[in-house]
Formats: sequence, C-alpha cells, structure tokens
Amino acid sequence: MKRRKFDLAAAPGKAAAGLDDRFRAATPLRHVLNKVFPDHWSFLLGEIALFSFIVLLLTGTFLTFFFEPSMTEVVYNGSYAPLRGTPMSAAYASSLNLSFEVRGGLIMRQMHHWAALLFMAAIVVHMLRIFFTGAFRKPRETNWIIGSLLFWIGFLAGFTGYSLPDDGLSGTGLRIASAIMLSIPVIGSWLTSSIFGGEFPGTIIISRFFIAHVLLIPALLLALISVHVGLVFTQKHTQWPGPGRTNGNVVGERMFPRYAIKQGGFFMIVFGVIALMGGLFQINPIWLFGPYEAWVVSAASQPDWYVMFLDGSTRLMPAWQITIPLGDGYVIPPLFWPTVVLPGILVGLSTLYPFLEARHLKDYRTHNLLQRPRDVPARTAAGAMALAFYLVLTLSGANDVIADKFQISLNAMTWAGRVGLLILPPLAYYVTYRLCLGLQQHDREVLAHGVETGIIRRMPDGRFVEVHQPLSAQDHDGHGALEYTGWVVPKKMNRLGALGPAIRGFFYPIEKPAEAPVSPGHPPVEPRPEREEITSGSESHR
Amino acid sequence: MSTHTEHQAQQGREPLDVNTPGLTRFDIVREGARRDDIEIVHYEPQVVPGTKAERRLVRLVAWLFLLSGLVGTAFLVIYIWWPWEYAPGRGSDKWYNPLLGVTLGLSLLGIGFGILTWGKKLLPKEVSIQDRHEGQVPEDERSITGQTMLYMADEMGVKRRPLLGISLLAGLVPVGAVAAAPLVGGLISNPHKNNQMFTTGFAPAEGGQKIRLVREDGRPVRPADISSGGQLTVFPGIENGISNRHADSPTLLIHLRDEDAKESRQANERVGHGDYMWGNYAAFSKICTHAGCPASLFEQQTNRLLCPCHQSQFLITDNARPVFGPASRRLPQLPIEVDSEGFFVAKSDYTETVGPDFWERP
Repeated sequence: MKRRKFDLAAAPGKAAAGLDDRFRAATPLRHVLNKVFPDHWSFLLGEIALFSFIVLLLTGTFLTFFFEPSMTEVVYNGSYAPLRGTPMSAAYASSLNLSFEVRGGLIMRQMHHWAALLFMAAIVVHMLRIFFTGAFRKPRETNWIIGSLLFWIGFLAGFTGYSLPDDGLSGTGLRIASAIMLSIPVIGSWLTSSIFGGEFPGTIIISRFFIAHVLLIPALLLALISVHVGLVFTQKHTQWPGPGRTNGNVVGERMFPRYAIKQGGFFMIVFGVIALMGGLFQINPIWLFGPYEAWVVSAASQPDWYVMFLDGSTRLMPAWQITIPLGDGYVIPPLFWPTVVLPGILVGLSTLYPFLEARHLKDYRTHNLLQRPRDVPARTAAGAMALAFYLVLTLSGANDVIADKFQISLNAMTWAGRVGLLILPPLAYYVTYRLCLGLQQHDREVLAHGVETGIIRRMPDGRFVEVHQPLSAQDHDGHGALEYTGWVVPKKMNRLGALGPAIRGFFYPIEKPAEAPVSPGHPPVEPRPEREEITSGSESHR
Repeated sequence: MSTHTEHQAQQGREPLDVNTPGLTRFDIVREGARRDDIEIVHYEPQVVPGTKAERRLVRLVAWLFLLSGLVGTAFLVIYIWWPWEYAPGRGSDKWYNPLLGVTLGLSLLGIGFGILTWGKKLLPKEVSIQDRHEGQVPEDERSITGQTMLYMADEMGVKRRPLLGISLLAGLVPVGAVAAAPLVGGLISNPHKNNQMFTTGFAPAEGGQKIRLVREDGRPVRPADISSGGQLTVFPGIENGISNRHADSPTLLIHLRDEDAKESRQANERVGHGDYMWGNYAAFSKICTHAGCPASLFEQQTNRLLCPCHQSQFLITDNARPVFGPASRRLPQLPIEVDSEGFFVAKSDYTETVGPDFWERP
C-alpha cells in the first residue's frame, strides 16, 4: 500500500491559505505588520502604564484566589505571632494569610501594589508628555479625555484596592472617604448610608469595594484602555518635526519585527523592575498596622502617593463652614470644597483643555506634528502652573512627616502650604514663560549667527570676540538663512561633528566611525563635505 | 530629500506583479509596503553578517537568555526548597521574599534586555514613511453616508407618524427606569433610621440605665485609674460597645490638672455645659468633627488634641474648640459622673452630633 505523502514544508503555507479562505486576513494582517510607528523615548511612557496594567491583572487574579472579602469578625490564629488572638475582620485575616501563609503570596501582593503605584505614575508622566508637546490637539481630543478619565478611574481602582485589606491604615482612609461623601450638600448622608449599607463602617463595604475593584473598575479600565490604544492605532501616532516629516506622513519604522520586538523587551523590563520592587522594597506592611479600629490611628498616616494631593488640599483648607439658617439649619462643611469641588474642577478643566485651547487660539486644524514646549510658552507655563499647584498639594499631604523630619512647626508647614498654593503657581507660570521665550531667543540666535565655538579671538584693535560657526551660508549682514523648523537646533560644536564621532573600543577601534550623527528615525544625512577651517566670526558677530 | 520626492511619485504608480520571476523577497515586502502607502526610504543592516561584531552581539544575547533561564531555575529552587514559613525573629525565611523578587526580576530583565538587544542591535535599521491620508476623506463619501442615514429616518417615517416616536419614548422611559430601580431601591438606605446619626452607644438604655465608661478590655473606669494630666480612651459599656459597630462612640477621658480643670469648667459654663465635667475629669468625643479620624494625639503641656489625619487641633480647656486646621466644629463633650459603685458613667448621650459634619446636622 502506498502511503500518501505529507509534504511538511508546504504545510504552513497550506494552513495559511486555508485560514485566509475563511477569514480573509491577509490584507488586514499586512496593514498591521507594515504599520509605521515613529520612534522617540518619550512615546514609551504610556507603554509603562499599559504594561503595569497587565502586571496588575496577572497579580490581581492571583490575589483573588486567597482574599476573602468579608467583614465577619474572626480571631486571628495564623503564624504572625504578635497578632495571634486578635479579633479582626475576615478580610484582614485573609490578607495576613496571603502575606504569611500563602507561599509566594507576599511577593504577589507587593508586586500588585508597586504595579499600581507605577501605573498611576506612568499615567501622570505620560499625560505631562502629551500636554507639553501638544499631542492632545485635533484629532486626538477624545483620547486626551479618555486618558484623563483613566487617571481618575485608576485613582478609584487604587483607593478601592488598598481599602480591601481592612487594616488600621486603610480603615482610616475609608473613614475619611465616608466623611467626604457625607459632606456633599443635601444628598450626603443618604449617599453615604446607601454605599456603606447604614452607618459607617457597617458590614458590607468591603464586599462592595471588592466587586468594584476586581470586576467593575477593571472592566471599565480595560474597555477604556482598549479604545485608547485603538485610537492611537487608527489615528496614527504623532511625531516630532524633522527632516522629511510633515503633517501628512509618519516617519519611523514598520511595526514588525523591530518595533514590536523592542516593545516586547520593554514589557519584560517593566515586569522585571516591578518584580524586583515587589521582592526588595516593602510596601504596605499591613501586619504592622493592626486591624481597623475606629479609635486607633497613628501619626504619619499617608495614603498612596496619587491620593496625597487630595489629602494635602484637605489639610490646607481653612475651617470655613457655611451655615444656612433655614429651619433647623443646614451645613456645608469645609471638607466639601477640597475633596469634592476641587477634584470636580480638575476633571472639568483637564478634559476640556483641548477645546479651551483650540477656542482661544482659533485653531481648528488637524495637528500630527508635536510642538516643542518652548514654542508654546503660554501652554507650557500653564502646565508648569498646574504642576506647581499639584506639587504643593502633594507635599502638603506629607506636611506632618516633613515637619517631623526637619523639625519645623506643623502649623508653619500648613501656613506655608496655604501661602505656597496661592503664590507658587503664578510664579511658576511667569518663570516658565520667560524660560520658554529665552530658549526660543537662543534658538533664533544660533540659527542667525551660528554655534558658539568657545574660541576667543583678539582683534587688531584690542577687542575680544568669540568665533561663531555659522550653520548656513550667510548674507551680507552675517545672518544665516535657516528657518526654525520646530526641532532641535544644534548648539554645541560636537553636535556638528566638530570633535569627530566617538569611536567605541578602549584600546583599538571596534567599529568604523559613524557617518554623521543622525537621530533614530531620520533619513540619513547627505555625506558630509570636507570640513572647512572655522573662519573668523568677526563679521558674523555683531 | 530625494527619497521623499520619489515617494510622492509613487502615488500614480502601477502595482508590481509579485509573480514576476527574479523578484527577491525584499522586493515583495517593499511592494506590500507600497500598497499600504509606505515607502521604505532607508534600510540598512546594523551588523555585517559573519563579522566579529555580529558574533559578539549574538553571544551577548545568548548569554542574557541563558542567564535568564538560570535565574529562573534559581527562582523555582528557592520557591520550592527555601524555608518560607514565617517564624518570629531573624530566620532565613525573611530572605524568602527578597530572593524571589531578585530571581524573578533578574530572569525577566534577562529576557527583556536580550530581546531588546536582538531587536535594537541585530535587526536592520530602517526609515519608512507612511502616508496619513490626512484630510483625504472624499466629500462625496460623507455625503453618501449622511444621505443613507437620512433615508433610513425617512423609511422609519417618524416625521409622518409622530405617534410612533412619542409612544416609543413614553414606553421606553419607564422600561429604562425599571433597569435602574432594583439597583437604586436595593442600595438606598435611610441614614436616619433609629436616629442613628445623632445617637451613640452612650445613649441610656431603656429604663434610664446610665451607660458605664469602659476600657478597651471592657473593664469599667474609676477616677483613680487616670493620673493627673493623663488620658484614656473609653467606650460605652454595652454589648459590642468597643467594636466597630459603635465606631462613633470612642471617647477620650481626660484627667485635667487643677488649673486647667478650672479653666475648662469656666468654659463649660459659658456654653451651658456647667455640669458636664466630674471633678477634674472631662470626656470628649474622639471622633474628629472634620473627617472622622480619631483625634488622638493629646499634648499635655498645651491641652491641645491633634488629629493626625489633617492636623486639626482642639483646645480641650476651651470646650475642645478647633484652634487650627480644617475642622470647623468643636468636639462634642460627654456629660459624665461617677455612679454609686465608684465607676464613671455617662449622664446622658452626647448632646451634640458626633463625627464629621453633614448637610442636615442641626
């Protein structure tokens, strides 16, 4: 009997053809494989958030296998001796067991927490990059809004997450959260009582936070992140201005294989750094805090870093209570303003910013080229102002620790924060604005007169002048003809290749000198003409 | 740039027949890219095959991968055999978590840097330019879609048959509310059930039985238990009085020094609380009127009580008036006395609302 021959080499091709017959995937797949991405280090900040989120999903799923979201009172009888015999909630006891009884549970818990902190940090830094480079402009306003919503939803995810262990520290945070909800006029007490199922703390809040933390919020995050990344994909990434780059094209490299491989490596590195942090740096040692009891608190009770700005605003708020003398009298407590109104304003301002700016500048065109922060001084200064505001609040969230460590009066710290909150942002605006103008001026100067060489020449009449290396042919006034194109202007001689490219290899060269310094993603520069001797800059210098 | 003008010239180009004999694979790749409006303008290998530089890079990447495997194995060995169960003191179990972190981290970093080196250094560098087709949506495409949608609206005929639209709306609004009703109805909880926001565990029991002040362990408190200038956290001596079920009841019992007690009594009398203290003892709610943290840092010298959450400070000798920070309301005072057996009791419940402020607090 003759066996039918099976051609192994043709099998993948046949399988692929079979798949394409059914799914018509060849053309769309090629689009994806070929898609061009511009490359710049700052484009990777958002990826850190994405990769941290993946780590969060992985470690978080592990944690759910062992965590018991219940406030039933149990008596701890685990291996952590100092707490043995203590009555506590089942949630806290199972969190302790996760740390002591589950093999490898502690590293998972710590990685989860560090990944959450990294997630929020990456979101903030990524947002700053988007803001300062104008990447939020049309057509990307939607993605900006989704991004800022992701910050607030991440904030909620973080808060519900660190409340779950029901330890002494997080319980205090929960208490403050209940007071914040309580402070909302008219509906406050109804809202709080509905969420907590009665008076604080009740017996249900941990289970409700649990389902929010492991299902509702992650689902929302996942959905928004998918839309966010999907929009980056379909709208195509922005790029910096540069040779060959226009508003109508993308200059970079195709997604596969090099770009994708670099992303994969980067993910592994983010994952590895989180693992190192989870193993080496202790975070949230809940066994030291004890179970939550309404009457126990310790000094230096700080929330996670991304909540600290709200803690700070609460601390700085003067005790201004509004009393409404109707009937029995109604109250708007001072807590309402820094914890409900302020975040509301921040959400509104941040989501609306792209539209406000477009309206102000009457600029409704599509922008795919990024702007250097110095070229838009008003926006950069506004960003610096927001940053100063945020930093004062965040530092004020730790003002008791600062007062303690630096031996400053606590009240002085509070007053410094109150005054600083009003004075520093406008100051940051002014200083940043001037810095931007100064940098712009210097760019223009270099384009017109050339790069400072550091060579001082003494003229026959005794004057000293610095020799400048012009960047282009000059007119009779000694001015260069180069236009500023929105990209880096070389300001040092070795940027022009004056010192010769560095050659690798300690004792003998292991590579031939590079042709000319090009930044990655640029089309190569034309071969350099023979280097001319630097001419005297006496004419070019006025 | 010459390459770029070439790219512009591609616009009206004939597609290449990929079955032409003699085409290299790269030619086909370039043709595919062109069909996606991508021009590969620069493509150059970073390392020449067979050179020392290539072998060095290959060795480096291989080492990184192998290191990764080695450290990964170490992780498994540690995970399985290292003593991991918690024991008090400085045992080797304290090294378990750091060792797991280091091995896991290094193995992942090994893979990461290996892949990165592979991609960054060994793969050819390229510069490609893709067209964005910005503003190239043909006007008539938009028009066609718009007209299609308008035609669909016409087909539905809502304009001609307004009753349909109105009745649909009238029918659907309650159905939408039906979806929300169980959620709202199930969650909603009356905050004023049993007057719970205005009462604490110190409310006298039925029959007027006064509630004792007890310690954390449930023992009642005698005046002699607190030395002058000292303070003690006390709870209502009822069932679960110490637990979180009575989270608004923790109270600070303070034994003031003679001078301070005199000042406090005067302050008490000013607000009509003349009989709230017992001797030199005063009791104030420990729950901060700002955000509900326990205001628990008592500074004996100044008689100030500090809340560590937001640094509100209350002057105990002046009816616990807020003197600094964001709190706007003084800490409620618990009227106390000593019963026939010599233990502290609450004369009545708090006469002011305990805990953080809210809208309808009278």
